[in-house]
Amino acid sequence: MHPDKLIERSAHYRRHLLSIIHHAGAGHTGGSLSCIDILNVLYNRVLSVSPDTFTSGDRDRYIQSKGHCVEALYVVLADRGFFPAEDLDTLCRYGSHYIGHPTRKVHGVEQNTGALGHGLPMSVGTALAGKLDGRDYRVFTLLGDGELPEGSNWEAALTASHYRLDNLCAIIDLNGLQITGPTRDVCDTQPLADKFRSFGWAVREIDGHDIHALTETLEAIPFETGKPSVVIAHTIKGKGVSFMENNIKWHHGVPDAEQYALAMEELGADKSMTR
Amino acid sequence: MSVQPMAAPEGWTPNQDVFARTLMALAEQDDRITVVTSDSRGSGKLVPYGHAYPKQIVEVGIAEQNLVGVAAGLASCGRKVFAVSPACFLTARSLEQIKNDVAYSDNPVTLVGISAGVSYGPLGSTHHSLHDLAALRAIHNLTIVVPADNAETAAAVQAAAGCGYPVYLRFGKKPMPASLTGSPITGFAFGKGRIIREGYDGSIIANGETVLPALQAAEALAAEGISLTVVSLHTVKPLDTELIDRLSSHGRPMLTVEEHSVHGGIGEAVAGWLMQHRRHLPFRIMGLPDEYTVTGSQSEIFGHYGISREGISGAFRELLT
Repeated sequence: MHPDKLIERSAHYRRHLLSIIHHAGAGHTGGSLSCIDILNVLYNRVLSVSPDTFTSGDRDRYIQSKGHCVEALYVVLADRGFFPAEDLDTLCRYGSHYIGHPTRKVHGVEQNTGALGHGLPMSVGTALAGKLDGRDYRVFTLLGDGELPEGSNWEAALTASHYRLDNLCAIIDLNGLQITGPTRDVCDTQPLADKFRSFGWAVREIDGHDIHALTETLEAIPFETGKPSVVIAHTIKGKGVSFMENNIKWHHGVPDAEQYALAMEELGADKSMTR
Repeated sequence: MSVQPMAAPEGWTPNQDVFARTLMALAEQDDRITVVTSDSRGSGKLVPYGHAYPKQIVEVGIAEQNLVGVAAGLASCGRKVFAVSPACFLTARSLEQIKNDVAYSDNPVTLVGISAGVSYGPLGSTHHSLHDLAALRAIHNLTIVVPADNAETAAAVQAAAGCGYPVYLRFGKKPMPASLTGSPITGFAFGKGRIIREGYDGSIIANGETVLPALQAAEALAAEGISLTVVSLHTVKPLDTELIDRLSSHGRPMLTVEEHSVHGGIGEAVAGWLMQHRRHLPFRIMGLPDEYTVTGSQSEIFGHYGISREGISGAFRELLT
């Protein structure tokens, strides 16, 4: 898909994820809005995976470490044809497979995540298997900046560089906010790029909402032969809805009817789309 | 009471060594066999394996959480993964990775807890694993296996390599007999306890390295005319309820023995089944009590808590009175 079309898709995804969160009365709104452009570019431009090739050993893998922002993943997978969009009407309902974190019961999900600090180690194992098996697939994992204090991330970061896993790309959704407040006040992880460089990773920092920059960067993996790649994507929590942006209230805030209508209007929906 | 360590009889081998040898043989036939270690290949007796199959071993350094996460990722790509680390670290530090990355995500990793129980007796509680069976029993989708002798160990490793689901194998360091029955093992299967000795006056259910003193106790009691069944309940989960049903059907005394806390191991698993099936019989759980564990060799610790020929036979006599 051409990058200009992707910009339109992002608006659609934002509307859709707000719609399912509003309908379910639950969800991680702010973080899903901060990472949706990244997922858009991954699934529409970068990843070699589809509903038909999902069981292929050669498919590219995407593992979402920040599992709580599953609503972003759901709307993109639905759009890519992994399951009918209507299935998402059951989000967080009794007995639904579409729960508040990714599970393999949902077509297209690679690993069950939700506890933080798990995506990178599993991605390292997956990338290592690719090297051992001589396969060309790539492994992408999305981490939130709030989960970086988990020590397991840094254990895995060491292993990734030790085994020269240049088929691995970690993307940090650096929205700067977590449930308690600004990430720098909770546990400052800066200078993050220097940390990853010192762990043997190739680093690029970009605007995580710039579709062109995301496309160009994620298509350039690996940044250096023999090194794992990390993209530090500077994002805005709640991006796209003025009253949600940079406001921790929307970490897992759910819009009421009025807020929902306002948000949808800002995101370019016509009145008929707000049910 | 203190039991002095004795030289192992000829032909006895630590189950950990048997594990490593069995894995070597499997790796020769199957290049998907992959070992992941956390600076633990020496303790796991896997140095020869590492030399023989350098492309089938992954070292992550002393990082047990990462060990299990990486193992899960490898397993998700079709490799037959054995994640090997001392049981004390593997099942405590990495418990969340076992729960989520292996069991919940259904990645068929075989988790191998080496030097389990009080194998590292003199090193203190940091190196003891007396919690692992209790912690892991509460996790869905994890088969838990504690082999008693060399034959069970080899059979369990082979079964784990071929089963395609998550397994926890637990081994100790002490030399064990090739086969406690004196015969080759037949019909080994996860979830099916192994009868080591048949008797009529009651039963002792044990696992791992406590089956040996349980058998010795039964032999001592046999000399007094007390005939006991001894079971190696190698699979802690799923529990062999058919066997427990049969052993408890006549209401005869039952004693469980394990190298684990008395809380949450096979004793409480068996007791739970008995109570819920109205089986009221003289019953006792032997294991490590809920206290700061004494230190010393494994044999000395066993002796201290009565996990010995004398201690177990004495406990059974009390059940008969």
